[in-house]
Amino acid sequence: MAEEMHIIAALVEDRPGVLFKVASLIRRRGFNIDTITVGSTEKEGLSRITMTMRGDERIVEQVVKQLSKIPDVVKITELKPTESVYRELAMVKVVAQDPEKKSDILNYISIFRGRVIDASKDSLVIEMVGNTKKINAFLDLMKGFGIVELARTGIVALGRGSKSTAE
Amino acid sequence: MKLSGAKAIVDSLKKEKVEVIFGIPGGSTIPFYDAIYESDLRHILTRHEQCAAHMADGYARVKGVPGVCTATSGPGATNLVTGLAVAYMDSSPVVAITGQVPKPMIGKDAFQEADIVGIANPITKYAFQVTSASQIPDTIKTAFLLASTNRMGPVLIDFPKDVFYEEVDIAAAEKLNIKGYSVRSGEPHPYSIKKALGLIISSERPIILAGGGVMASNASAELVKLAELIMAPVATSLMGKGSIPETHPLSLGMLGMHGRGEANNAAEEADLIIAVGMRFSDRSTGRLEEFGRNAKIIHIDIDPAEIGKNVKVDVPIVADARKTLSTLHQKLSEVGSKREENEWTKRVHELKDQFSSNYEEQREGLRPGRLMKLLRGIIPGNAIVTTGVGQNQMWAALHFQVLEPRTFITSGGLGAMGFGLPASIGAKVASPDRPVFNVDGDGGFIMTEQDLATAVSEGIPTISIIMNNRVLGMVRQWQCMFCNKRYSHTDLGKVPDFVKLAEAYGAEGVRIGSYREFESAVKRGLKAEIPVVLDVPISPDEKVYPMVPPGKGLKEVVWYG
Repeated sequence: MAEEMHIIAALVEDRPGVLFKVASLIRRRGFNIDTITVGSTEKEGLSRITMTMRGDERIVEQVVKQLSKIPDVVKITELKPTESVYRELAMVKVVAQDPEKKSDILNYISIFRGRVIDASKDSLVIEMVGNTKKINAFLDLMKGFGIVELARTGIVALGRGSKSTAE
Repeated sequence: MKLSGAKAIVDSLKKEKVEVIFGIPGGSTIPFYDAIYESDLRHILTRHEQCAAHMADGYARVKGVPGVCTATSGPGATNLVTGLAVAYMDSSPVVAITGQVPKPMIGKDAFQEADIVGIANPITKYAFQVTSASQIPDTIKTAFLLASTNRMGPVLIDFPKDVFYEEVDIAAAEKLNIKGYSVRSGEPHPYSIKKALGLIISSERPIILAGGGVMASNASAELVKLAELIMAPVATSLMGKGSIPETHPLSLGMLGMHGRGEANNAAEEADLIIAVGMRFSDRSTGRLEEFGRNAKIIHIDIDPAEIGKNVKVDVPIVADARKTLSTLHQKLSEVGSKREENEWTKRVHELKDQFSSNYEEQREGLRPGRLMKLLRGIIPGNAIVTTGVGQNQMWAALHFQVLEPRTFITSGGLGAMGFGLPASIGAKVASPDRPVFNVDGDGGFIMTEQDLATAVSEGIPTISIIMNNRVLGMVRQWQCMFCNKRYSHTDLGKVPDFVKLAEAYGAEGVRIGSYREFESAVKRGLKAEIPVVLDVPISPDEKVYPMVPPGKGLKEVVWYG
């Protein structure tokens, strides 16, 4: 965690093979990506790819420059963590047989402002939204109870203020 | 007007002013070939698709317009891969047209199906698959635009077989829709120019490093003018050979691992490096930590991603080389920055004198350097030389002085053996009135030798000079220098009789036993009407010197081994 996290947001044409091209370029040039998410945007025909990575400025600059050479990439920018909002969703299934432990878990969920979205007699599925640090902290706590299964979305982000990334 | 997809492709190619197409037909491209049959497009039937791609590449590099190759689905398409990778690494505009299995069969592992779009993705600027004939006019227009603008490169268009049969209205508007790509004006930013001028004016020992981008932007004349104005010597990368006539007093020849001593030393001693259309490849810079340590660096390149990729620069100029060089020249002339002979130019002459005797070859037998110098003396300045890869390529680069841009065609970035012969054929098709020589090795020649049949059948007389050492010479040289002479699998054993081989194809073969025989064969080759192969036996112990061992700085040069 020594290196600063970088968020890269790309608006890409919503065409078959675009994610493949982005992923292929990242692999070919040996860039290390922590998370990558893809989804639709406010504009028809455009998707948004959000990536996070760790590395020095020069590598991030290369990632941005190389990706912007793909003709399907319409716009790409680095979102500075200080000038953007970013969130990740994690769903975690935790062992909760012992009523005392279950109550502890529910307490933690409340402190972290998560939600229980499914429960059985000996487990809970918890939804947790937040920045990566918060989710990691919550998951660390849950490890003590026993994590059965975990799914994370990776980060999505928007710049602060009224401007759009596409501008 | 309604046309079949296949005819629409031919129509679009003609609109892009395509005159010739290199390729081999196959099951998936039968309808396309049926449309070629009745068109006036020249088609050159190659004997291997790899050669079709190399020929299109050689053609493109000589003419400066996209070269076109075609192959059928599956193995035809995969055979193009090496050629496309060469064109990609050397930023050459090649358009490849491939057949694909019909749409309903895609993904079913059909006969001769290969995901060529997926395979080609990392070695092309763009790879299209056309899924409806209605996309043909736009796609082809876009493909040629992508291939030939900004930093040029290969583009592949894949056509499922059923698309060839679909009808299309070609009167439809040809509008391009690529939001993420715009053709750069190439104009340098005034602020960058101002900063560059400052560095140039305050420099005492400027050097220009010229790369393939100088050829791509046809900036050779502007480069020489700027060099003369500020009395900056010019070293080139392998791809940059031809940027400046190498007989020019300010030319230092090639830089880098097998660069000339004067070029490498001057680059180390300079206080300002003006890099033009070159990408600071590891073969040009030597140890990066030491490269340009004492110099400020101005980097002119059309591709913003090249700025800062390998070397940190002081002034980046993302622009067209020709426009930038001419702007710099104009502004410097205005402020009266013309320089005369000075301490630095004296030092450059001194370096040239210091190393000149090192290039002389004393031993007996046919020596590569002398052969290259003899060749230069005989053939006209506008003659084209293509090369193989390895020792032959480096001997040509070191000792064959290139006088005009686009006359030295070589696989620089990828270093693909087998490039020489097909590239020479493509070059000759591009420029039939000029002599074309392929300086090759026996190892590389044999990789694409079957396309002598193409040259003979199509009447494309190029002259191959095979520096025949019966070994994979460059690897053997490294084994000699760095593996304690453990020659693991670099001896080719019994190589074919290249004279008989040439004759078997219907070409002329000549075995060379002396410099005199070489000279007379080259002279006769200039007038030959069929392809010629000169078998020039040389010693397997010949090495390429000087050499900067890998991982070393440019001054740590080895001259003898």
